Amino acid sequence: MSLKILDKGAVAPLVNALIADYQVVGPQAKGPQFAFGPLSDPAELRLDYNTTILPPSKAVLQPSYERLATFRLGDDPAVEPVVESVPTVLLGVHTCDLHAIQVLDKVFSQDHPDANYLEQRAQTLIVSLECLRPCDENSFCKDMGTLTADEGYDLHLTDIGDAYTVHVGTERGEALLEKYAQTQLATEANVRRLNEALSAKWPHFKHRLEFDAAELPALLATAYDHPLWDELGERCLACGSCTNVCPTCYCFNVVDEVNMALTEGERLRTWDSCQLDEFALVAGGESFRQARSARQRHRFMRKGKYIYDKVGELGCVGCGRCIRTCLAHINIVDGFNTIHGTA
Amino acid sequence: MTASSIYLPEMARLAQVEQVTALEKLFTIELPEGHSLGHDPGQFVMLSVLGVGEAPISITSSPSRSNGSFELCVRRAGDVTGALHRMQVGDRVGVRGPFGHGFPIEKMRGKDVIFAPGGLGLAPLRSLINQVLDERGSFERVVILYGAKRPEELLFRDELDEWVARDDVECHITVDRGDETWDGHVGVITTLFGPIAVDPRNTVAVTCGPPIMYRFVLMELLGKGIPETQIYLSLERRMKCGVGKCGHCQINDLYCCQDGPVFTYAQIKNVPEAL
Repeated sequence: MSLKILDKGAVAPLVNALIADYQVVGPQAKGPQFAFGPLSDPAELRLDYNTTILPPSKAVLQPSYERLATFRLGDDPAVEPVVESVPTVLLGVHTCDLHAIQVLDKVFSQDHPDANYLEQRAQTLIVSLECLRPCDENSFCKDMGTLTADEGYDLHLTDIGDAYTVHVGTERGEALLEKYAQTQLATEANVRRLNEALSAKWPHFKHRLEFDAAELPALLATAYDHPLWDELGERCLACGSCTNVCPTCYCFNVVDEVNMALTEGERLRTWDSCQLDEFALVAGGESFRQARSARQRHRFMRKGKYIYDKVGELGCVGCGRCIRTCLAHINIVDGFNTIHGTA
Repeated sequence: MTASSIYLPEMARLAQVEQVTALEKLFTIELPEGHSLGHDPGQFVMLSVLGVGEAPISITSSPSRSNGSFELCVRRAGDVTGALHRMQVGDRVGVRGPFGHGFPIEKMRGKDVIFAPGGLGLAPLRSLINQVLDERGSFERVVILYGAKRPEELLFRDELDEWVARDDVECHITVDRGDETWDGHVGVITTLFGPIAVDPRNTVAVTCGPPIMYRFVLMELLGKGIPETQIYLSLERRMKCGVGKCGHCQINDLYCCQDGPVFTYAQIKNVPEAL
């Protein structure tokens, strides 16, 4: 579809216009870091962010608490489904996270489609943002093939100095742009500057993986007994931070919460983590992944093999969040490289 | 778009509650408007006690004996099963399912079938055993080798007596430790296998029990030459969705809820987290 130009000065009016009709979620400053959250004022939007603590999917598509049902207790108990969705514009999504959302889309539409995810997804327009500089030394998007994207967005922005080029990805995106934004058609000069920006960016991003990421599933298939797992198990604190910040981690718990009068309640979906002790515990007391080494192995396998086996996409997009957040300095790239070097 | 939630349980009624052992009760559950669950032996439901939570429970009744209801044999073990045990006839529970792959009964017709349940492992196998007995003519030998820790832990004593009394069923029962009420066989389940002569190519074996039991029962079954593809196991895992999303039941790259809970030994023998 066509290429449009959005002057930087036109971003604030656009956000203001969108806020009237949508929940607009974008990157904002949070202390010295950044986080996706609903915008109430265009001034809060920080499209110059490097990375966010949590991925955008977890701000919109996978809330930490999500109602699945409400119920009434008492003599005639009853349960009602809850499928909540809010028309949302998700602004400023980096392409690593955009790839992750495509993984989630497959997981939640496969076999038994998950209406709670899919309804909110259907109500969400994604405006993604091309990264021109690495967010920090921990990301490895270039290795994972997520440094750019040619699908999965409704609109895609690239910074060309005093303006953004806007690539229209869907008809919904085009309609949004027409209704809410002041844009011009891109000139030849604009296109030239876009091409310059895009070709200039690649050398700034370093390769950190010492092999082709496409080899990961096959590599991990023979790495089950690698000594790395024991080493990681010794260091891992089993805190679950790595899975909490991961844009493709979607495992969940389901809990019932009841009001004080014990007359009604809600069934809630909450984030869960395969790194936690009780994740694979069964009623008989057997825990099938008791060792922390086995839990770390499971995480690596999920990211590099199991999710790939399930939906045909790697479960790691190279965002680097698990590396940044790990208190024990467990580094997934180093882990993959170690396996590649000695497996 | 109005979407239907895969997480919505159907409210069902406890039609009967029967104490089976000190720890296990048998719940007969009726779905609304008398409609049938439509399950295969070996499948499970996600059972809700509203306000407490949801847990996966294998179905113990045979589809051939549904009568507009189904049965769950449940050990009091956690929050949901504890709350269920406190419920009375007429109380309402939530039901989702049936889910998962059950036992492929069509692959068992015309063959000898050996059942080797241990303890509470009889609960899921009973569904298949009664289906097989209701179509008795379609199968060759039917052998049931059942072991429990103690006599008071044996499930379904009346049915066990019937199976023992039948001429067309070879049913042998053992307990790890006997007591003054027990004049039957004493010893672990594997001590029942010795005298059983098996035509391995024409035999299908079905086992379910605690993880430690599988190792020894499998040794017996494989030792008799039964092919790995003809040995079926039903595995237990924690589940929060039942439909391949929540991640809890994952066994390496397999999902117990969707790929199982019934697996052949051939399917899982190289899956390290399975047993």
